[in-house]
Amino acid sequence: MSSTELFQQNDQTNLLFETNLSRRHKIGRFWLVVFQASTLIGIIALITLLYNIVNGAFGLVAIEYSIDPATLSIDGVPLEDLSKKQLTMIFQENVSTGLFRRYESEKPFEERTREDVLALVQERVVEPQIVETWDLVPSILNRNEILTEIDEKYPDARAEFVSWLNPNFITSPQSSDAEKAGVRTAILGSLWIIAITIIIAFPLGVGASIYLEEYAVDNYLNRVIQTNINNLAGVPSIIYGILGLAIFVRALEPISSGALFGLVDDPTTANGRTIIAAGLTLALLILPMIIINSQEAIRSVPNSIRRASYGLGATKWQTVWHHVLPNAIPGILTGTILSMSRAIGETAPLVVVGASTFITIDPNGPFSKFTTLPIQIYQWTARPQAEFRNIAAAAIIVLLILLLALNATAVLLRNRYSRRYS
Amino acid sequence: MTYQTQQIHQDISGNTNGKNAIVAKDLSIYYGDFLAVKKVSLEIQKQKITAIIGPSGCGKSTMLRAFNRMNELVPTAHATGEVIFYGINIYDQNIDPVEVRRHIGMVFQKPNPFPKTIYENIAWGAQINGFKGSKSEMDNLVEEALVGAALWEEVKDKLDQSGLSLSGGQQQRLCIARTIAIKPAIILMDEPASALDPLATLKIEELMKELAKNYTIIVVTHNMQQAARVSDYTAFFTMGDDRAGFLMEFGETNQIFTNPKQKVTEDYITGRFG
Repeated sequence: MSSTELFQQNDQTNLLFETNLSRRHKIGRFWLVVFQASTLIGIIALITLLYNIVNGAFGLVAIEYSIDPATLSIDGVPLEDLSKKQLTMIFQENVSTGLFRRYESEKPFEERTREDVLALVQERVVEPQIVETWDLVPSILNRNEILTEIDEKYPDARAEFVSWLNPNFITSPQSSDAEKAGVRTAILGSLWIIAITIIIAFPLGVGASIYLEEYAVDNYLNRVIQTNINNLAGVPSIIYGILGLAIFVRALEPISSGALFGLVDDPTTANGRTIIAAGLTLALLILPMIIINSQEAIRSVPNSIRRASYGLGATKWQTVWHHVLPNAIPGILTGTILSMSRAIGETAPLVVVGASTFITIDPNGPFSKFTTLPIQIYQWTARPQAEFRNIAAAAIIVLLILLLALNATAVLLRNRYSRRYS
Repeated sequence: MTYQTQQIHQDISGNTNGKNAIVAKDLSIYYGDFLAVKKVSLEIQKQKITAIIGPSGCGKSTMLRAFNRMNELVPTAHATGEVIFYGINIYDQNIDPVEVRRHIGMVFQKPNPFPKTIYENIAWGAQINGFKGSKSEMDNLVEEALVGAALWEEVKDKLDQSGLSLSGGQQQRLCIARTIAIKPAIILMDEPASALDPLATLKIEELMKELAKNYTIIVVTHNMQQAARVSDYTAFFTMGDDRAGFLMEFGETNQIFTNPKQKVTEDYITGRFG
């Protein structure tokens, strides 16, 4: 017996209600498809993003050499495996006497390491130069066409498959040459800034949320404060940049440049545009987010726990410290993780605060000049040369990995605490 | 500690002070402008169980919470009148409500152990209240409290497990153990068995009778049979047309249930309203 027949059997139902079960199911199925489609679109967007990045970070390149490294091998031993003595000889033979003497007087070849000499040979003798690059997907799918094209267009060039993301890329400082440029200064800058941001914003944010949730009475002033915090969370980040520029860079320059503490070697270069100014600006930016998320976490601690605590003769502070905070800490940490992810990806406020576009020296403290990964990526994508787009893609991968690593640490911390208290 | 707070402390450790544990005099409780409990005068006897019964919304729980100033956790709540505890008005300006709650403990409707171990659940109250003993004395205190709450045999091998791992009835007895560990003079119970099954309820009732040998107990209950079974005295609350609760009748439980003086009390007890 079908459902409709079952419906018809019940005479009383027949009079008042219509047979609409199949239509109700149909509506349900329609919305299910809609929701699945929106999930699918999200997944497609994410895959496209990853495709784009990976596509740029690896691929074939055509390299032209002044002298083909293959011709420099001695007795079948490739250039990379030659001894220091042989390398020095090759270097001496292939450069002018004047240049050799200059390097000799800079640092005698006797004292140089093998790797050092090899690098010199690569840079001065072999002189590799990337003349054209291809993305990953064409490099795989149209490999043969590309190889023929290289042969035709650049008869002297060699085709090589390179990963733009390599150990050298991570450990080298910025350079105007895409092949030599790396993200070392940017990674260090990002880590310094995020550390300062969290050190400032986390205690301030949690403190404010405890006050607002547990202590503040419901009066006009506190409602105004609460509304303002909610609105601040939605203020565009560039406005925080302007605020940071006005306060931390300009008004507090003696402090943010380190001059007040006598900590700066060359006061003319950094002014207030230092790591500490950037960290404080980002701390301001994420403070409302941390406050709101922490308030939410504190609010979700059941009131029965608070009552139990008061019922035992606990003071307000004992209740907050022993029960409210331990139960809210997983939620507070989740909010902090989200805020941290936002801060590490911020570009606009740092541009305004005055991130350096080109520095090759590692930041060595809160009063150094800085650049960060997003700034670096932004700079590189704006360059006309194709290779810079490839290293920008590689830098994006580095940024994503850094983000994942920081988030994983925070998630581990959170899980540790939630296990302990429940 | 203010002078008066100190006095509470001393009187508790000192000798008896009349037959009444706590006395409410013309006590009215407001939430903002709303009068929740109107001019109640009530004498609670020492080491007896006093039940507060009445229809929903008549201010029973509010009245109960007034005895240890728990109402003040609601920001708008305030009270007029007096509650005399060991000769001191606990609503006096000099009295710190934190000190009051330490001497007048409370067990809630829904079991609410802390998300900590069973041991910590008991020890915490003692710790924050300045327990002076050593580690082994603390162990003794925990054992004593759990024995007192008839829970020791069930949990003695798993004191380091979470209090939340226990069954509902066990959790409620853990909350009672937690309360008696800080040695209060009075235990307030707000429908302590309403979230429990009949067997667990029975255990709690037996425990209440046992506890009444050492403690004064005031219990709010919806369950009339429970009030009849466990209590020595019964206070019947009802509310007027202004929705303000007031004390209709107070007396020995036997008298209230067999021979009530008020018609309303009789109607409520026989189930004609409420």
